[in-house]
Amino acid sequence: MTNTSNIENQSIERYLRRDRLPHIWCAGCGIGPTAGCFLRAIGRDEIDPDKLALVSGIGCTGRVAGYIKLDSFHTTHGRAIPFATGLKLANPELNVVVFSGDGDLVAIGGNHLIHAARRNIDMTVICVNNFNYGMTGGQAAPTSPLEARTTTTRYGNFEPPFNLPYLVSASGASYVARWTALHIRELEKAIAEAMIKPGFSFIEVISPCPVVYGRMNKEPEGLDSMRYYQERSIVRNGADLRDVDIDLNGPIVVGKFVDREYPTLGDNLRQVSIRAKEKAQTKAKGKI
Amino acid sequence: MSGDVACAEGAISAGCRFFAGYPITPATEVAERMSTRLPQVGGVYIQMEDELASMGAVLGASWAGVKAMTATSGPGFSLMMENLGLGVMLETPCVLVDIQRAAPSTGLPTMVGQGDMMQARWGSHGSYEIIALVPSSPQHIFDLTITAFNLSEKYRVPVLIMADEVVGHMSEKVVIPYVAPESLLNRQRPKVRPGKYLPYEVDDGLVPPMAVAGEGYHFHVTGLTHDERGYPVMTAEAQDRLVRRLVDKIRLNRKDIIQYKEVQVEDADIVVCAYGISARIAQFAVKMARDEGIRAGLLQLVTVWPFAEERIRELSSQARAFVVPEINYGQIVREVERCAGGDAMTILVPHMGGGVHSPAVILEAIREAAQ
Amino acid sequence: MKLWRKPFDYIEKATTPGQVYIDKERCKGCGYCVEFCPREVLKMSSELSPKGYNFAVVDDENKCLACGFCEVICPEFAIKLSTVDSSTIDK
Repeated sequence: MTNTSNIENQSIERYLRRDRLPHIWCAGCGIGPTAGCFLRAIGRDEIDPDKLALVSGIGCTGRVAGYIKLDSFHTTHGRAIPFATGLKLANPELNVVVFSGDGDLVAIGGNHLIHAARRNIDMTVICVNNFNYGMTGGQAAPTSPLEARTTTTRYGNFEPPFNLPYLVSASGASYVARWTALHIRELEKAIAEAMIKPGFSFIEVISPCPVVYGRMNKEPEGLDSMRYYQERSIVRNGADLRDVDIDLNGPIVVGKFVDREYPTLGDNLRQVSIRAKEKAQTKAKGKI
Repeated sequence: MSGDVACAEGAISAGCRFFAGYPITPATEVAERMSTRLPQVGGVYIQMEDELASMGAVLGASWAGVKAMTATSGPGFSLMMENLGLGVMLETPCVLVDIQRAAPSTGLPTMVGQGDMMQARWGSHGSYEIIALVPSSPQHIFDLTITAFNLSEKYRVPVLIMADEVVGHMSEKVVIPYVAPESLLNRQRPKVRPGKYLPYEVDDGLVPPMAVAGEGYHFHVTGLTHDERGYPVMTAEAQDRLVRRLVDKIRLNRKDIIQYKEVQVEDADIVVCAYGISARIAQFAVKMARDEGIRAGLLQLVTVWPFAEERIRELSSQARAFVVPEINYGQIVREVERCAGGDAMTILVPHMGGGVHSPAVILEAIREAAQ
Repeated sequence: MKLWRKPFDYIEKATTPGQVYIDKERCKGCGYCVEFCPREVLKMSSELSPKGYNFAVVDDENKCLACGFCEVICPEFAIKLSTVDSSTIDK
């Protein structure tokens, strides 16, 4: 065990921009541990770091790109996935990872999320879900549970949230998993699996947000959130996705929900390329 | 072939191998042509879910090292503005074609307009400088598309092609020459090895060499205000340095970038200043005016942004008036008026869109100016 | 866990002890390492770091099994674990 942890921990040292630490995230924020999992997963998979591209959006999670020593892009709010799509299509050898938050990926970026899943484009999306817009001070997000208190829902959230694994799986993703920031070992494994799996992989990471969301919802310290995850999370691999909603103070179903194979966008585009070239050839022959 | 198709062919000749777009009249034909041609030449065509995603994908493809382009019209142009700003901030070479139609809002989708000209300059938020080229025929749009790619690679800036629906949909003969790959400009590559590379460090000039994803440079770039290392820096000093460089790299290179065509301007008393399809019609009007004995000339702006300020200033001391026909209610005329500085009159000949000026209308304005 | 006798293979199965280094200037006092260490090796100190946080410190290093959980759960990348066996020290 100490041998593998060596490779994985080496990748933390190689790919962390220590000159930019301490990072901006609050004490107890789950983004740090998730970023650590991502870095260790790179070592675990022995992925070529030169071919890894990291794209993030705007928000607390979006800041991850700035702390990681890989080709990393901090783009506009909600548009990390299209940017990543362009990167991947232009250079299919790149291993593209999108690392962003729930507000960025699911609200403003929601359209792009479902289309990328539909296309089954080969990329990995790590969505850190802290149930609110953290960077701007704790406003409600499409993932905030019903009745949650946020700065824009002081009387309780009046909109039901998305069931993200259900949404992304229904859109066509090949790999869908959810873990919390506490399930650190499982999360690292999930990210490692997702990065080498062809097709669209989506990992939702439930994270504490002590200073804003947590404080307004009876989890004032990160520890309160983590204890809640410890007590109320249920590991159910392959769960029925209709039942993995998250209610305020309710159980959190985690696990690997979807792991299937079917043609990726790259596979389909290769077919197109072959047909186009054949057609051009027959046309040319016909003219002679 | 039509202007839209010629634009697509120009892009292919220029080395463009990625197109991400969304169907919109009257630019749809550009996408359709690219969707057929790109797979034939080993490129990628993708139809994104909206224009915001299209622009995002174009930027991503450029950062993977591929020349990339999108095409749209007014409503899509508005949607692309935020990512256009990102392209400016990240200094991403790419080409954005706007086949203008009558506006505002949905307007007249199938009919001509030239009302996005100011938006081309100021559409995204903040202080920045952009390059916008305006073609007036299918052959011209073919040539300008190649120029656009070359300029975007040289200056690491998104370049706009502000065509109009008439040029886009008219069919004329287009000569497609063999374009040697060596004749095309490409972004400058880093001269140092990965450990020493800083994404926004300039050694000479104002345009930093560009590394792309997948080559081991492990750079970080961000839309936040940043320093040479690419890291976000939240200070007024960094903002000052960055914004000045982004603007100056275009502004100080105006001589290299600005193009215009002149017809009988040397002794002109009335200068008609026009662009796009309006310039072709104005050419008739100028000829008719000359036949009547009025010393009229045509200044056709090919590069509208950066604006040909120096030329307008020179001409304002020679000419008595500028006549500016445009298919909008007055956009570029403001620039002409500003640069003329009161030395010459500036007369707008507007057309709200949905059709083009008749030469007679422009001639009438020239006659009035001559009195 | 209290055993009523020592296991017969307790020498072969002895775990490698670990040494935990916590960068007290990076620690923001979230308490995750202390709370989730399976052996209660760590505790919060009563001192304040230069940034004003109560940082985590090692309470009883003999109990450490080098499971590595503190290192991976720390949001600040402030903890480094090394194993006492010299052939696997990862510094």
